[in-house]
Amino acid sequence: MVPRVELLWWEGCPGWEQALALVRDEMRALGLDADSVQVREVRTDEDAAHAEFVGSPTIRVDGRDVQPPDGEPTGLTCRVYRLRDGRISPLPDRRDVREVLEDAIKESGE
Amino acid sequence: MMAHASATKVGQPAPRLELPDTEGDMHTLPMPGEAPATVVIWTCNHCPYALGWHDRLVQVARGYADSGVRLLAINSNDAERYPNDSLDAMRERVAAEDWPFPYLHDSSQEAARAWAAQVTPHLYVLDPDLRVRYEGAPDSDHMDPGQNAAWLRGALDSILAGQEPDPAATEPVGCSIKWK
Repeated sequence: MVPRVELLWWEGCPGWEQALALVRDEMRALGLDADSVQVREVRTDEDAAHAEFVGSPTIRVDGRDVQPPDGEPTGLTCRVYRLRDGRISPLPDRRDVREVLEDAIKESGE
Repeated sequence: MMAHASATKVGQPAPRLELPDTEGDMHTLPMPGEAPATVVIWTCNHCPYALGWHDRLVQVARGYADSGVRLLAINSNDAERYPNDSLDAMRERVAAEDWPFPYLHDSSQEAARAWAAQVTPHLYVLDPDLRVRYEGAPDSDHMDPGQNAAWLRGALDSILAGQEPDPAATEPVGCSIKWK
């Protein structure tokens, strides 16, 4: 089965298009269809609560967040990611995205 | 993001400010005494862009302290919807970190509206007459500490030398101010 990749974004934070490009790059590198990413805008607090959206951008692979939130409340806000070198970033670490995609591919083949 | 018809632009006089810091002390613009340059920074606690650039702004404050440059950081975000930007959260952050400039709380958002600040961070650099001489981002890349707030430093060096900053304006990059 092909992993289901979702990107949820909110207009108050720039950078979601960069996040989408990052995800698509990693999908292509693993032989996945980069155009299959489901991109969804989150517009209201109600939408955010319903989607368990803790900030923009949020990237999930088969429902698994590429950097699982640590108890943050849902809402229209910006994600603060921590890169593997310790820097704060509006985007997740590319290697975290790759790992979650690889795990999903492995699990789908089992 | 809220659109503003009358943004504070380069060459214009800076709007007045009167805001409390995290200890309740009032800070004003104009202020008592004169500063050769003043940097007004819209920032916040929750935005990765503001957080990414913060250390560079701290270094600027320390590096230009002997020149008498004054920095003011302002948080205007709606704290009801964004508790990380509440006064208590601001106070905790200042206590946990070593801030060389005051962190002002614009609870009414009147200051942000008057200045037409758009995002965090959004910088304004003022000359001794409190006219805006630079507006925009600290430098070209929030992810690259090596940029060292080059646009801000360049603006300060120009103002201190009595010259016009070049560039005088750049696109502010960050999270939208969270309006009530």
